[in-house]
Amino acid sequence: MDLDALGQCLATASCVVTQTTSGLIVGMLLFLVAAGLTLIFGVLKVVNFAHGTFYMLGGYVAFTTLAVTSSYTLAVLAAAAAMALFGVLFERLLIARVYGSNVLMQLLICYAVVLIFDDVVKIVWGPDFHAMGMPPAFQVPPLFIAGGVVPPFYAVLIGIAAMIALALGLGLAMTRLGKTVRAAAINAPMVGVLGINTTLLFAVVFAVGGALAGLAGALAAPVRSLSPGMGFSILIESFIVTVIGGMGSIAGALVAALLVGLLRGFGTIGFPNFTDGMIYAAMILILVFRPQGLFGRRTA
Amino acid sequence: MKSRPALRDTLIAVVALAVILVIPAFHRSPAFEDYIIRLSAMALFATSLNLLVGSTGMVSFGHGMFYGLGAYSFALTMQLTELSLPVAAILAVLLTVVAALLVGAVCVRLGSDYFAFVTLAMQMLFFSVIISWQSLTGGDQGLRGGIPRREIFGYDLSSQLHLYQFSAIVAVLGLLALRHISASPFGATLRMIRDNETRAAFLGVVLWRARLTAFVIAGGFAGLGGVLAALFVSGAYPELADWPNSGQAIFAVMLGGIESFLGPLVGAMILLALNDVVTRTTEYYGLVLGIVILAFALGLRRGVLDYLRQWWAQGRAKEGAGRAR
Repeated sequence: MDLDALGQCLATASCVVTQTTSGLIVGMLLFLVAAGLTLIFGVLKVVNFAHGTFYMLGGYVAFTTLAVTSSYTLAVLAAAAAMALFGVLFERLLIARVYGSNVLMQLLICYAVVLIFDDVVKIVWGPDFHAMGMPPAFQVPPLFIAGGVVPPFYAVLIGIAAMIALALGLGLAMTRLGKTVRAAAINAPMVGVLGINTTLLFAVVFAVGGALAGLAGALAAPVRSLSPGMGFSILIESFIVTVIGGMGSIAGALVAALLVGLLRGFGTIGFPNFTDGMIYAAMILILVFRPQGLFGRRTA
Repeated sequence: MKSRPALRDTLIAVVALAVILVIPAFHRSPAFEDYIIRLSAMALFATSLNLLVGSTGMVSFGHGMFYGLGAYSFALTMQLTELSLPVAAILAVLLTVVAALLVGAVCVRLGSDYFAFVTLAMQMLFFSVIISWQSLTGGDQGLRGGIPRREIFGYDLSSQLHLYQFSAIVAVLGLLALRHISASPFGATLRMIRDNETRAAFLGVVLWRARLTAFVIAGGFAGLGGVLAALFVSGAYPELADWPNSGQAIFAVMLGGIESFLGPLVGAMILLALNDVVTRTTEYYGLVLGIVILAFALGLRRGVLDYLRQWWAQGRAKEGAGRAR
């Protein structure tokens, strides 16, 4: 615990800016992963433990695409598209086979997929850490805001994630597909009875969730290193985010992700060894006093 | 035999224990003895988890916390005090029971999805305490320096044979106790809660009290498993309390079968054997294990022992139907 350092940081504008931006990028990446997770849970009631794998594979696909085409835009798009496809295949070939049976079976399948693809990544890309490096377009001097250093890529990353959050929120609220998804979250069989192809809808939801995780992986690749186990840590954290925000709530995921991001950003200064512990403790407190999460609706 | 199930179970346990204890007299194999020691710890861990998952329908993702706590508190008691081994083991189990009571008090009233997550979060909180409290636990290096050699009843547990015998006895007695609990009226109450909690509540069962009791019992036996694990590794490591370890226990339970009492034991046997064989032949353990899990999950859709029992029952039913005709 080093609360003096935290107090000093909070007193200087530059430190606040730096820690807030680093907190925001953590939060935004978490949001992208957690949004897919919460969407899939909301509609399909599947707790996708393999979601971290989507994120990891997205990062690696972006890494290779950038190396081949040297276009970062293309790398991001390729990662999102590849993971959308992967999500559909995962749902159709594996998860769809155990709908209706014990929930533990879904868990087991996800666990297997996590184990398999961690090793597949080791075989294809090697067990070592990879650094993608900053894409050439962003190798420019950082911005200075109130004395704090903000790399331009961070600003772009936060912007993209914010736009996606907006698009997702508006899409769910305004479009016909969004309305269908919300209806399916409440009662999927009834939506099917009304003549909507729920099989297709489920696949689309998994594709969107996969694309978001792939995108997050691609956006994270320049600022974090790539390694076979990287899906694990983000998975646990995005679970915490979905639970704090309320399972199935996109707005909740956004707020909780930013909360966890900022807790992490400032926690590294105040209590570097116990930031993880703080986050778990926050989740436990939320669940004890508001079990449905901040934005969740109380069921049962 | 059917009227005396307790006698039958005890007989099975005695025979199994006798076989395990006799084997080293004919053939000494360090690999096999290692396997039984690890199996003893894992069997207690997985079977106690199944009291929650299979009997009560509470899927706990954080069971590793009590396994880890048992291991750490036992190893620390042995290192820091002069207490004898059985006393330290009992203290460790008591401590786990108290911890399970506290964690359970928070968790058991939650709905099933949230129960799973909060137990996981509790475990991860405990894990981060182990990692950050370096002066006591050794942080991510684990608790080193070994467990002091202290003889009990002329036994020296640093000898592999003695540890083998000790682990087998503790595990068989532990499993027998769990079997009695699950066969008791209390066990029947738990299964009633699993199948229909509303009906159980109408019949006067206080749901949270029964669930909390099950949670505490399961935690205590997991702690006992942790004591064996600490003896085997001669220390304690954060991995014991990490979440992949809970995942292994859940997998052992699922692999063996949640409906059969011995399912988790069978699952643990398969998992450990697979572990030994696969790590010897390839570095891609996860790949092989993942494919095996997929084959089981998609092929059998239930645990091995559950599958075999159903298959057996179907065969018997068919035979009966044939005779009736």
